[in-house]
Amino acid sequence: MQQFFQALTSGLADGSIYASLALALVLIYKATEVINFAQGEMAMFTTYIAYALLTHPHFGHTLSYWPAFFVTLAIAFVFGVGLERVVIKPLERASVLSVVMATIALLVILNGLAAWIWSPELKFFPSPFPTSTWVVGGVHISKQDTGTFGVTIACVVVLWLFFRFTKLGLAMRAGAVNPGAARLLGVRTSWLLALGWGFAAVLGAVSGMMSAPTQFLSPNMMEAVLIFAFAGAVLGGLESPVGAVIGGLGLGVLLSMLGTYVHPVTPELRLPVALLILLVVLLIKPAGIFGRVVVRRV
Amino acid sequence: MRGRWGFIGFAVLVIAVVIAPQVSTHYRTFQLGFVGIYLIALLGLNILTGFTGQISLGHGAFMGVGAYVTTILIVDHGWNDLLTLPVAGVVAGLAGLAFGLPATRFAGPYLALATFAIPLSFIGLLKRFPHFTGGTLGKQLPSVHSQFGIHANSSVWIYWVSWVIALFMLVVAWLIVRGRFGRALRSVRDSEIASTASGISTAGVKTVAFGISAFFCGIAGGLFAIAVTYVNPDTFPIDLSILLLVGIVLGGAGSLSGMVFGALFVEFIRITWGPALLDLFSQVHHINTRAPGSSLVVYGVVLLLVLYVAPAGAAGLVRQLLTGKTAVAAWAKQSRRAAEDQA
Amino acid sequence: MAPLLELKDVSARYGQVAALHSVSLTVDEGEIVALLGANGAGKTTTLRAVSGTVRRSGDVVFAGKRLGRAGPEQTARAGIAHVPEGRGIFAELTVSDNLRMGAYMRRGRPDFRMVLEYFPWLDARRNQQAGTLSGGEQQMLALARAFLQRPRLLMLDEPSLGLAPLVTREVFRVVGDLNQKEGLAVLVVEQNAAIALNTARRAYVLETGNIAISGSSDALKSDDAVRSAYLGY
Repeated sequence: MQQFFQALTSGLADGSIYASLALALVLIYKATEVINFAQGEMAMFTTYIAYALLTHPHFGHTLSYWPAFFVTLAIAFVFGVGLERVVIKPLERASVLSVVMATIALLVILNGLAAWIWSPELKFFPSPFPTSTWVVGGVHISKQDTGTFGVTIACVVVLWLFFRFTKLGLAMRAGAVNPGAARLLGVRTSWLLALGWGFAAVLGAVSGMMSAPTQFLSPNMMEAVLIFAFAGAVLGGLESPVGAVIGGLGLGVLLSMLGTYVHPVTPELRLPVALLILLVVLLIKPAGIFGRVVVRRV
Repeated sequence: MRGRWGFIGFAVLVIAVVIAPQVSTHYRTFQLGFVGIYLIALLGLNILTGFTGQISLGHGAFMGVGAYVTTILIVDHGWNDLLTLPVAGVVAGLAGLAFGLPATRFAGPYLALATFAIPLSFIGLLKRFPHFTGGTLGKQLPSVHSQFGIHANSSVWIYWVSWVIALFMLVVAWLIVRGRFGRALRSVRDSEIASTASGISTAGVKTVAFGISAFFCGIAGGLFAIAVTYVNPDTFPIDLSILLLVGIVLGGAGSLSGMVFGALFVEFIRITWGPALLDLFSQVHHINTRAPGSSLVVYGVVLLLVLYVAPAGAAGLVRQLLTGKTAVAAWAKQSRRAAEDQA
Repeated sequence: MAPLLELKDVSARYGQVAALHSVSLTVDEGEIVALLGANGAGKTTTLRAVSGTVRRSGDVVFAGKRLGRAGPEQTARAGIAHVPEGRGIFAELTVSDNLRMGAYMRRGRPDFRMVLEYFPWLDARRNQQAGTLSGGEQQMLALARAFLQRPRLLMLDEPSLGLAPLVTREVFRVVGDLNQKEGLAVLVVEQNAAIALNTARRAYVLETGNIAISGSSDALKSDDAVRSAYLGY
């Protein structure tokens, strides 16, 4: 029983990290049909910024965790908007493939830049949650896992509320569905793309900061997370934000269960196994578990 | 390679290949040998990316597959090193097919992200089965020496072996690309919808392209292992796959001859040009140019610049010089939405 | 009185192909003008040239001000509602979300009451996904959404496309209503010349990117050339 709940909570914690990044991928994908390869590195880079805020004095003192967390989110937002305007917008007339290449270039640059500025050695990144557990019905539940899950899902919910209930959120949804029609209604779709990148960057930053305590901060920290997030997003049907979140959570729990109960599955095999799950699901259900097969009008 | 210019270009290349070792140091010749090795890999990847329009971030791993096959056959089973190459190619090719079969159901960008998982998975698998692969310690190969009764310095020997194979593979690539299959590849790149409507199985074409490109990379990987005489899981990281991709774009995706430029870039950027560029930059700003990650930043910036300024790569620029026509990289051309000529 | 909309020598091209050659036309405040012509004559391009969806040369003057080159967002903000070919509704969003988007540029809450006066059936369908509406309903939704923009000029591109005759008549009835009761000027592009000429006061006929004929609807209806080419009798 203990083992099961242990696996479940750590699976949900990991899964929420994947879900957050998966949502970021889907956000940009829905609006632009582009997969942002740099999503993981953006998350990593903003986590390093949080690290800098936490460890180096700025204007006289270092920040404590939660202020640094929120300042990082704000910085991530601006960073995301800036990247879209500077790197992606110049390619707005080019093919999707070109833009994808540009995001790959961004991946490379951010990875190199992080190693250059902060050096590639592993660094310790604090967690705001205590390492103790609380005991429920005789089972120990990790506060760390619960906290990670809680924070990440809270951010996802806030974003959902924004999209569902605000005018700007509606405009972004409309712009993703039919940009031409949206422009005819006065929507500045170009800027909404930048906004989308900003939100995606914030989701990534959350993902990164929740990941870093266990993974240790390093330039390659988010490489694997990106794959898991992508797998989660595809499992959920790449067009569906809800699917992305459920897919990410589900993948996290599945991998955790496999790792606990199926002995040949060692930590090094996590990634190949995730890839295998992904390929198998897609063979059976090409549009993902929640996706609908989109019939394209020719 | 188009018609007359193609043959001239090929002849020029052969002449250059013959002359180069006569006028270079052994070390430089050794480096140029690697240009040949990368050329093989780039030709393969180009068939997938430039001609079929599928981005792959995993082909460094297929080089790795070839390298490990070669290594295991030589070290554990005593094979002659050159004979292992076709096997390395075939095994890598099969791995490519195995991946491609399910994965090509994805459309372009998702396929690319799926390929991102290949090198990471490959490294994981290498470490998981140390009995075969030597695990994290890797395996050592015997040093290179010339064969067939020829007496030559090992650097020169490797140069010739690599280039003979590279030129051969260049012809093979050319044959693949100019025939019916090549047309099928290009039609999938240009319009998946139209291809399907014409009765072409796009998933099938993409899968075969995956297999062929992996085959090329497997051979390149085998040669790489022979030349470097050591492999371990870190020899083929994701950085290599990215570097290959940058080489493709720089050389000119969709152009076989452009791959020579791409291969030159891949070999020399790391050791020679990258640091030189950074040294130039550091005249202005004082920075540590040997810092880790600096070379990655250079690749990325170069890639972006090429995408903005010359998406048809070096081959496109050369074509522009020779024929006066502005090259439009077929794979990077305007999206269909441009028909509306957005104001 | 100066016209509400005036096109002066407007030309437009798609890549290398010229679609409009120096087209000039006007729409006055509160009037309905039809733009007729065969397939490929350039009717849709004319509307796109006005809304800035396609690059144009020449001047477009609306309410006394020249429209710049900034694109569709600017035209919308100037007070022109363009309902494009294919209706341009947001299929994945609900009817009410679509309507809310119509009021995007306006401050305060959208005036649904006013919309329901002309489109009472929308109320019951508020939460229905727009893509599941019938063709006629989608056209009405697009009209309602455009109306929520409170434009001074409504540009309609082939509203009858894909619709049964009865439904088409209903659509044009609503357009006529909006024009008469709200003073909304309308520029309607149509292949169905008969119904367009019955609704509009004036019309232009385009042929391969040029204005071939123009005049009042009555005049065109009795013109032999127009009758045989476009009205079928």
